[in-house]
Amino acid sequence: MDPVLGVDRAFWYIFIVSAVLLTGITLVMIYFAIRYRRSKNPVPEDIRDNWKLEVVWTIIPTLIALSMFWVGWSSYTGLRNVPKDAIEIEVLGQMFSWIFIYENDKETENELVVPVNKPIKLNIESIDVLHSFFIPAFRVKADAVKGMPTYVYFHPKETGTYDILCTEYCGTSHSSMTATLEVVTMEQYETWLEEEE
Amino acid sequence: MSETTSFFNTPSPPQLKGIWAWLLTQDHKRLAVMYLWAVMFWFGIAITIGFLIRIELMSIGPTIMGPDLYNAAFTLHGVIMIFLFVIPGIPAIFGNFILPIQIGADDVFFPKLNLLSWYLYMAGGIMALVSLFTGGGFPDTGWTFYVPFSISTSHNVPLTVLAAFTLGMSSMLTGLNFITTVHRMRIKEMGWMQIPLFTWALYATAWVQLLATPVISITLLLIIFERLFSIGLFDPDKGGDPLLYQHLFWMYSHPAVYVMILPGMGVISEIIPTFSRKAIFGYKAIVYSSMGIAIAGSLVWAHHMYTSGMSDTAIFVFSLLTFLVAIPTAVKVFSWVGTMYKASIEMTPPLLYAMVFIYLFSVGGLTGLVLGAAGTDIHVHDTHFVVAHFHFTMFGGTGFAFFAALHYWWPKMFGIMYDFKRAYIAATLATVGFMFHYVPMFILGMMGMPRRYYDYLPQFSQGNLFAGIGGILLFIGIMLMLINLLLSFRKQEKAVANPWGGVTLEWSIPSPPPLHNFVAPPTVQDYPYDFSNVLQKAAAQHSSVNTEQKESE
Repeated sequence: MDPVLGVDRAFWYIFIVSAVLLTGITLVMIYFAIRYRRSKNPVPEDIRDNWKLEVVWTIIPTLIALSMFWVGWSSYTGLRNVPKDAIEIEVLGQMFSWIFIYENDKETENELVVPVNKPIKLNIESIDVLHSFFIPAFRVKADAVKGMPTYVYFHPKETGTYDILCTEYCGTSHSSMTATLEVVTMEQYETWLEEEE
Repeated sequence: MSETTSFFNTPSPPQLKGIWAWLLTQDHKRLAVMYLWAVMFWFGIAITIGFLIRIELMSIGPTIMGPDLYNAAFTLHGVIMIFLFVIPGIPAIFGNFILPIQIGADDVFFPKLNLLSWYLYMAGGIMALVSLFTGGGFPDTGWTFYVPFSISTSHNVPLTVLAAFTLGMSSMLTGLNFITTVHRMRIKEMGWMQIPLFTWALYATAWVQLLATPVISITLLLIIFERLFSIGLFDPDKGGDPLLYQHLFWMYSHPAVYVMILPGMGVISEIIPTFSRKAIFGYKAIVYSSMGIAIAGSLVWAHHMYTSGMSDTAIFVFSLLTFLVAIPTAVKVFSWVGTMYKASIEMTPPLLYAMVFIYLFSVGGLTGLVLGAAGTDIHVHDTHFVVAHFHFTMFGGTGFAFFAALHYWWPKMFGIMYDFKRAYIAATLATVGFMFHYVPMFILGMMGMPRRYYDYLPQFSQGNLFAGIGGILLFIGIMLMLINLLLSFRKQEKAVANPWGGVTLEWSIPSPPPLHNFVAPPTVQDYPYDFSNVLQKAAAQHSSVNTEQKESE
């Protein structure tokens, strides 16, 4: 399955279950506050516990929580299992820009170009403080740490331009440490790669 | 009840006079009042900084400040809110005031240590203030002080870190005091399953404070060493490891999240039964879930680090543990709502704040599930989604619980009542503002807007504008609430000993309480939330009113 789709399904699953729970809790609470207001119901009942109900409302959330954990975990594995034929590109974070180094040692700053329909693996490192490499469109993010390479993997299905952002606070110009991702056809990519800067 | 002299008029130790009767006092109630003013001072500053941050973000480009000032502003907002408001707020003020009374004691076990904690708190606050205006400039690292940035910036980090260290020590000593007090000062008649839930929550919190705070103290000292002597503990240039820092930092700071929320949950567990005039539903389940949260919450720190480069196995384990913490939290929410079933509910400002708490905290908790799940967290980690999530839990949760506690125990602490109408208006304004303020941030986060961002791409401008408008409403609401409370001093409308019909021991003594709390020895009920006496009294009053009415007819 497409990793982006996997993550989005996990989002929907958690959001919908949460929305149902939230609406339920809120409506019941408001209903009780109105239905059992003191002017209507001056004498409360003395109910202290109900072990059956308490067991039920412990077990059901446990099952829900475990299912959410599993959905989240399996969508995560989708982001981590890189196909063997992936194109590898080195990414270096620095205050305050991104450097990309391609297989033929071509270097660009703040502009990442990749071919469409090919798995891409980015090996990320920092040359100074922590940064974090984030492409919202592909749901991928990894910290750039000096001396400890990390990676992200994504598989673009359409050509187009996407944003790349830094999500680990890194100083004065953290918010302008942005780059663009250009997804182009294989032919365009190959010509671009051979172009002299 | 015969007239008693309140603690305001009885210095302790007795030879002290004037200002010294406050500055050297060992009375837990005076210390609580002193904490109240200090905490409110910092809260006022931090909320104003937060307000200015949001005004800055209302439009693209520089609006009212430059990037460096902005970075310092969010750092200060975080440091002050966390270390000077959210962590100490409920335990230091209401814990100090109410905990000894709830267990029938006349003070905490170590009154002098309690006074020392207050001085450490003040010293930490003053250090934080001094760090602003000395050294290389405002601290600008974010409240997390992540390395290597925090050791490379020229700004005045060591003093800010030292301030956090001192404040940690203050909170740890308060925790130590509470644990000992609950064990040693509780009146003999009160067994463990007769302790009120607010005290239980503080007891659970105190263990976390005592056991987790040393970790942050070690970490912050290591940062200071690293900066002063360039040892190479965290700095990769010298063979150090930045992830070591993150683990150490969160090993404290995640348990600290529960230090922040558990006392708030304790407040809600008092307010809901009082105004429902009904036993709290599932007393034991709430007690066990408090302890469960304290224990499990200490084992989930690395869920802040899914993108850090930590191993996938670690992510699996920490994600699973994180979901387990959700369960005792859910049990508490269900128990609160369950308490209201077939109750006799009286709407009051504290109850309104408590109900808003349940709603906002549920949103915060449920969005936490998105962050606990590995795949979805990768997308929203360090974005505005996280900002919205933790404000829902820490502000909508702890903050609103703090406001609820203020309105609930205000008449007890000062013996005066505030205006209800203004309190309702303020609560409504704050809640509506809160939703408009933070809901857009969830959407911004889903769209990919990172946190700690001075400026942003055009697609994020609409959400930031909305958030700013909500922020203005929220700010006005909170200010109105505080003004309303302060106005009660001018009006001096006297509050009776038990204005709400509460059953825990603090409601059995005069408002404000006398120096030694109890005029007559306290009596403990078999079950701490047994309202039958309150109901009998209400029924007697009701029937006498009815007969009077009949007679006049």
